[in-house]
Amino acid sequence: MSQASQNHPGQGHALLLLELDGAGAHPAAWRASRSRPEAVLTPARLRDVILAAESAGFHGATIADGRLPEGPDAAARLNALQRAAFAGPITRSIALIPEVDTVYTEPFHISTQLASLDYVSGGRAGWLVAASTSSADAAAVGRETVRGGRLAQEAADAIEVSRRLWDSWEDDAVIRDVPTGRYLDVDKLHYSDFEGGNYAVKGPSIVPRPLQGQLPVLAPAGLLAPEELVAGAVDGLLVSAPTPELLSAELTETREALAAFGAGAAPALIAELDVVLDARGQAAAERLAALDAHTPWDSTRARFLGTATGLTELLAEVLAVADGVRLHPAVLDTDLEELSRLVLPELRRRGILAPVVLDASFRDQLGLARPASRHAATPAAGN
Amino acid sequence: MSHNPYPNPARESTPSGQLSLGVFFQGVNSGTIWKSAESGSQTDFESFRRLAQTAERGLFSAFFLGEGLRLREHLGRPHALDVAGRPDAQTALAALAAVTSHIGLVATQNTTYNDPADLAHRLSSLDLISGGRAAWNIVTTDNAWTGANFRRGGYLDHADRYVHAEAFVQTAKRIWDAWDEDAVASSPSADRWAAPGAVRRVHHTGRHYTVDVTPGLPRSAQYRPVLFQAGDSPDGRDFAARQADVIFSAHPQLEDALQFRRDIVERTLKAGRGANDVKIMPASEFILAATPEEALEKKAWVRELQIGPQQAIAYLEQFWGRELQGFDPDGPLPEIDPVVEETSETRGSGFHGAKARQLADQWRAEAKEKGLSIRQFVSAKTSRGDSTFTGSYAEVADRLAEYARTGAVDGFNISPWLIPSGLDDIVNHLVPALQERGVYPSEYAGTTLRENLGLATPVRPVAAAEAVANAVRV
Repeated sequence: MSQASQNHPGQGHALLLLELDGAGAHPAAWRASRSRPEAVLTPARLRDVILAAESAGFHGATIADGRLPEGPDAAARLNALQRAAFAGPITRSIALIPEVDTVYTEPFHISTQLASLDYVSGGRAGWLVAASTSSADAAAVGRETVRGGRLAQEAADAIEVSRRLWDSWEDDAVIRDVPTGRYLDVDKLHYSDFEGGNYAVKGPSIVPRPLQGQLPVLAPAGLLAPEELVAGAVDGLLVSAPTPELLSAELTETREALAAFGAGAAPALIAELDVVLDARGQAAAERLAALDAHTPWDSTRARFLGTATGLTELLAEVLAVADGVRLHPAVLDTDLEELSRLVLPELRRRGILAPVVLDASFRDQLGLARPASRHAATPAAGN
Repeated sequence: MSHNPYPNPARESTPSGQLSLGVFFQGVNSGTIWKSAESGSQTDFESFRRLAQTAERGLFSAFFLGEGLRLREHLGRPHALDVAGRPDAQTALAALAAVTSHIGLVATQNTTYNDPADLAHRLSSLDLISGGRAAWNIVTTDNAWTGANFRRGGYLDHADRYVHAEAFVQTAKRIWDAWDEDAVASSPSADRWAAPGAVRRVHHTGRHYTVDVTPGLPRSAQYRPVLFQAGDSPDGRDFAARQADVIFSAHPQLEDALQFRRDIVERTLKAGRGANDVKIMPASEFILAATPEEALEKKAWVRELQIGPQQAIAYLEQFWGRELQGFDPDGPLPEIDPVVEETSETRGSGFHGAKARQLADQWRAEAKEKGLSIRQFVSAKTSRGDSTFTGSYAEVADRLAEYARTGAVDGFNISPWLIPSGLDDIVNHLVPALQERGVYPSEYAGTTLRENLGLATPVRPVAAAEAVANAVRV
């Protein structure tokens, strides 16, 4: 086993996240589901899946967004942020982390939607940053396709705008002071005055500061420039490797690279893993072959095929160097059941996983303190 | 209807004899009282949940949320006195979809600072996530002050706002019409998730934007989101008559409402739609009690808390363009003149354009003639006045029954002055009184908003040749 994580020495702090889009991560997952194809668009299905994930003991759920690739298995997909919001009031412990694009969206809207998600989930919201490379997404909003290095800039700008807007109301800006008739202390509201390469955003936000102060921001490793990471743009990085065997090495290298750049508070490292488990008397490889016969599962992530026991061993090994793992089960109906009955209980028994705490914020789970607004230390002098 | 003392308000509109109720959680205004001990949080989700679930217990058709695009300002700084800070409408409504089952979820969304394909997709998503209960309250904005928070900035001329809005709505409708019925496979053994050729690409090139999209979501249980619209200018009314399902009007007084109905029916018929195709639900405020006397006392208390001394001065300041803190709120209007020619538009679109000095002269004369102090004058100006229904439950129920009988309106959109308990007395006392009078439903007609408002399912336009040519496989 490799050495324990720098951020979380010792055991009992690892997080398990679940990607729960649609019928599963495999494009043909809907063919192996017990429900009708359109069920992925129903509130009943959303409720079932999120509650299953929460009761299985996952610490967080990510929800993919954007258009699915064309082909016979291309299904429709509901807006990720709304699905996360729907899950807010019916759950109590699982963090809700929608993927939200930063390139073809309005940064002001993204920021206020995410802040609102934090309110409806009682402080359990996160943001999985995406930067769309799709020319269809560009055409839909009548803009030119953004490519190359500009994607990283768009993502960094959108994160910066959101963070400024989340801080634009200090925590105690709402004072409700009857004698003076003031609902707000305007000295505690601040303009964001963001000026990027493509747009400017004035602020302040229309939503008071989120419950967590700042929502945890996750991004795929490689999206943002190292300087952005060092400057604290994100709280978590999703680290990918081509095979399960290479995951631990990749995590170690990423951590070393961050340290070499001099990152103060390094982001949590979360390993990415596709999962197909033996289930219902059928070998994982057979299950995968049957699905691949429809549409091959074209994923750049490491993939585990095999028994629940084998997965448990792999996760124990990876979680010794990672702060968490995000699992992408091929078919939610089938794989989530195996994860829930066999894998998570064993990891928990071994004392690897962070406890599941009712009403804990996502920041709590990540071991992050609640930050003061960047304006809070400033004497009350307006802006 | 032979005893109807009012003429049939419209050539061919038929009163249903029934009323619907909606509730507008305003979030930003002086109408919502925050100074009372009963006033709760304006931002905690629990406030929204309680109000929406209370409304649902009262069989309300719709729960409305406003949209904020820029924090209101006063004399160049954020406005300190009134309730401010609100969640994003669709995000909050998606959360409410999980804890309600029948009530419609209406998001106020601006056509100027949203992209049509993105907004249509998100509304579609809300519609599916709620099982067919979503609606869009269409509003327009055009000023650069709001635009400062968005990529496009202030790009739209005031005169173009409805032209722009209508092109936007038409594009959204084409996006919602793009999926054939039964486009989605009925079983996991089907060849494809979506039937080939069942989705049409939508292309629009306009003066302000270009949209080229293959819509991503199928129809909901109510086909597509219901459209609300609140514009009251002739252009706004025509726009609503052509595009909207419901008008969120500003005409709650019976005679005025009947006249408004006649006007809308005329415009609706002219637009080639049926006389009953556009429902009317005026914005309203209810101040109710067990007896008429108590209701009047309550009204005085409500007004006192809505417009306090500081609000009265601040209200004048926004027109005078200068601080007026030295003036006595219980004294006459300031004799000094405004310092700006044009009033600021930062408090909302209702104020701009008026010449400040002329307005000040007018108001001073008016206040003097009526013998009103600053506070009394502002209270009169800002009170919802004719949109307020004050009285005992029975009295107000009788008045409302008359609206149902004459078909003046299809229902009312209530703005509660207290959050989150502001609907309790309405649901506990007024709703049963309306039910006793046979003008309010005793159960939801269905599970979709369209069913509960009595709206027909839209008919999909015959696919134009161009649309067929653009048909693509998903």
